[in-house]
Amino acid sequence: MSKLILTVDDSATIRMLLKASLSAQGFRIESANDGEHGLERMHEVKPDLLITDINMPKMDGFELIEAVRKTNEFKGTPILVLSTEFSDEKKTRAREAGATGWITKPFDADRLGAAIRRVCP
Amino acid sequence: MSDELDEIQAIFFEECVEGLAVAEEGLSAMAAGDTSAGVIAGVFRAVHSIKGGSGAFGHTALLGFSHRFENVLDEVRAGRIAPTPEVTQCLLGAFDILSDHVSAAQTGGDAPDDGLMLEQLDAILAGGGAPAAQPEPEPVAPEPVAAAEDEFGFVPVAAPIIDLDADFDPFGFEPVAVALDDFDAPEAAEPAGWTVRFGPSRAAMANGGEPLLVIRELESMGGEVTAVDSEALPPLAELDPEDSYFVWTLTVPASVDERDIRDCFDFVAPDSLIEVVRAEDTVVGGAEPGVAAFEELPFEPVPFEPISFEAEPVLAEPVPTPAPVAVAAPVEAPRPAVAAPKAEAPKPEAKSGGVEVAQSIRVDLGKLDQLLNLVGELVIRSSILSDRLPPADQERVELPELSRLIRQIQDNVMSLRAQPIKQAFSRVPRMLRDLMAETGKRVQLETTGEMTEVDKGVIEKIGDPLTHMIRNAVDHGIEGPEEREAAGKPAEGTIHLSAEQKGGRIIVRVRDDGRGINRERVRAKAIERGIITADAQLSDEEIDGLICAPGFSTAETISNISGRGVGMDVVRSNVESLGGRLEINSVPGEGTTFSMALPLTLAILDGMIVRLGEQRFVLPLANVIETVQPEPGQVQATSPTSEVIELRGQYLPVRRVGEMFGLRSQRAPEDSLVIIVESDTAGHVGLMVDTIDNRREVVIKSLEDNLHPIRGLGGATILGDGAIALILDVDALVVPGGGFSKYVLKGLAA
Repeated sequence: MSKLILTVDDSATIRMLLKASLSAQGFRIESANDGEHGLERMHEVKPDLLITDINMPKMDGFELIEAVRKTNEFKGTPILVLSTEFSDEKKTRAREAGATGWITKPFDADRLGAAIRRVCP
Repeated sequence: MSDELDEIQAIFFEECVEGLAVAEEGLSAMAAGDTSAGVIAGVFRAVHSIKGGSGAFGHTALLGFSHRFENVLDEVRAGRIAPTPEVTQCLLGAFDILSDHVSAAQTGGDAPDDGLMLEQLDAILAGGGAPAAQPEPEPVAPEPVAAAEDEFGFVPVAAPIIDLDADFDPFGFEPVAVALDDFDAPEAAEPAGWTVRFGPSRAAMANGGEPLLVIRELESMGGEVTAVDSEALPPLAELDPEDSYFVWTLTVPASVDERDIRDCFDFVAPDSLIEVVRAEDTVVGGAEPGVAAFEELPFEPVPFEPISFEAEPVLAEPVPTPAPVAVAAPVEAPRPAVAAPKAEAPKPEAKSGGVEVAQSIRVDLGKLDQLLNLVGELVIRSSILSDRLPPADQERVELPELSRLIRQIQDNVMSLRAQPIKQAFSRVPRMLRDLMAETGKRVQLETTGEMTEVDKGVIEKIGDPLTHMIRNAVDHGIEGPEEREAAGKPAEGTIHLSAEQKGGRIIVRVRDDGRGINRERVRAKAIERGIITADAQLSDEEIDGLICAPGFSTAETISNISGRGVGMDVVRSNVESLGGRLEINSVPGEGTTFSMALPLTLAILDGMIVRLGEQRFVLPLANVIETVQPEPGQVQATSPTSEVIELRGQYLPVRRVGEMFGLRSQRAPEDSLVIIVESDTAGHVGLMVDTIDNRREVVIKSLEDNLHPIRGLGGATILGDGAIALILDVDALVVPGGGFSKYVLKGLAA
């Protein structure tokens, strides 16, 4: 069974780009459009990997990661942040919230795929 | 994939439009004084999303500008720049440029000249107390490149864990050297292999990291674990199974690129022990490796850069460097965040506040239209079915239930097409800013009812009329500041844009507080243009209506702004082609109101089937207030051509609908029914018909595909028995004087 990835981003553009480029690499993709929705979907689909944006309405990426990590079941689930931000402050914060890694937008599909396989082989 | 990309790109531009609308709404709210965190965060997010997508599609000019714009917004959001009116004005200007950038990216046109605006944004950044330590990333193109380099891995920042600080001892200890294989390094003919040490931090596994994966990956490159240091392993009783206690040592063949090795550590927690050195560089030292690394040494964390494993500096080095240099390199480029550790804990992201992003899925409008047509057919078939069943069967439970379901489907399909009219309003603020710049007039915009939902088709089509009405209001209505002050008005004029649902219609109004229509001039012009004769007796409303008469344009005599658009006659015909009406109400010195009354939906109507002689007509139920069976004498003639009905002490005008359409009815009023209707044009009016058949939902079929618009008729429909019935346009019918004169435009106040 190929790996199931949940992508959370408020931009439909990014969601579709992720879906298109990652499906092509054999991943199964589910998506959600904000943190709240993401947390809901997380429990529904129980993905192998979570990729989330930071700046989102309702619940931002940091809050989402914290909430996900609070669930025992997801303690070991890799979480990648995909954001246009790249400040150290934000990265540290994501790390403290429980993120596994940080990828800066715009992303290159192949490198993203490689990064995913690195945390979620 | 390229088709798919095109499709995604199309969605990106749709999102840009949505984002621009959100940003503009937020900025307008800021300009109006609402600088709450939610509003600012909404604007930031909108611009941020535009930036995010633009990078993905290589729109570098858009990316560059949105990035700089976002920087300023970020500072405002963080409270480091105050959203003063000046700053907000500049942001609005930047918004306009951003819109231009989006259009340019979408059409492939030239990017707008944003140099001046960028200077202004920079000035705000410089003057707003932005932290100087945070250098602005290069504009435009370099940014994505830098981002790509930065693509993976956390950049460690002032990591509080001590192990690395122990290695990199601020108090003058030697860097811990790594004691490993003591075999003789091969001669220069062949480079030495790599020695890699990896000691995952305690946090590594907590964040979903799996050290084993790194080791596996190194092994896949030919690496081999040569030693495992387990000295840090505590007694079983103290062992935390979620912790990591080992330090692995691996050798990796020399043929492997250092970059590839370091890439394996992309997602390893930054406070882990990671060393990659050429075996030949290995210094045999006395310090014991590993053990100290996981002891909580008692000295305080100091503002030093821990050993950095971040991609940038390492990747920037073309040649692998010996370990000590690798340690020193990051120190040469201290990061600002380290210099000010945690001074400003990031504030929690503001929850979405005043500005909501519309969440949606996108469906081709054509599919919705098709669905709507099918539902329309369903409605007709169900009517036919209902009519054909014997009356006894019509009451059976299934049938009313079926009708109810169909009704629900219908409502749902309608609501799919409904959009907040805000979308049509959203382009107005910018237009006003442009107009203000052109005319030197000052105008503020007020809007109400922008969440009123209207059929998407209507929204698309009212854009142009709306634009022209606003231009008209600024150009002809609002006076210049001096003139306004002389008239005792505030120097800044106001245009009020409103939408409300009223009965089955949406009323969109553009109200200005300007000078009102100059009736003398309009009348003179109309006579000059041969639209009316010099001796025509016209009411004020009729004169106002003349500005919508074909061939009438006052533009050239007053200014050229409105003249660039279409004439008001075209505006009126646009509105009418939507099944709507345009009304004008003007008070000299106080202002003018243009009102568009538009149908809520273009497709299905709740109607009352009435009979006039042999003909059946549909009267929109939304207009019907009550039905009266007149007593003898209740309907009285006031002149040979007009009648009134006395109803609870009030006299309401009555129109014989049959006669208006040339259908002769011999019935006396007391044998007829008077349906009291509410109209926008003439208030409550009685319509006299022969009988009422029943109530029915009908699917509106346009007559205009085949015929010219016919005043008094809004369309046609097919009844349950297959017969065709015409749909009455109540507002046109009730107009005093028969309703079929050529220019029927009455003030709403009348």
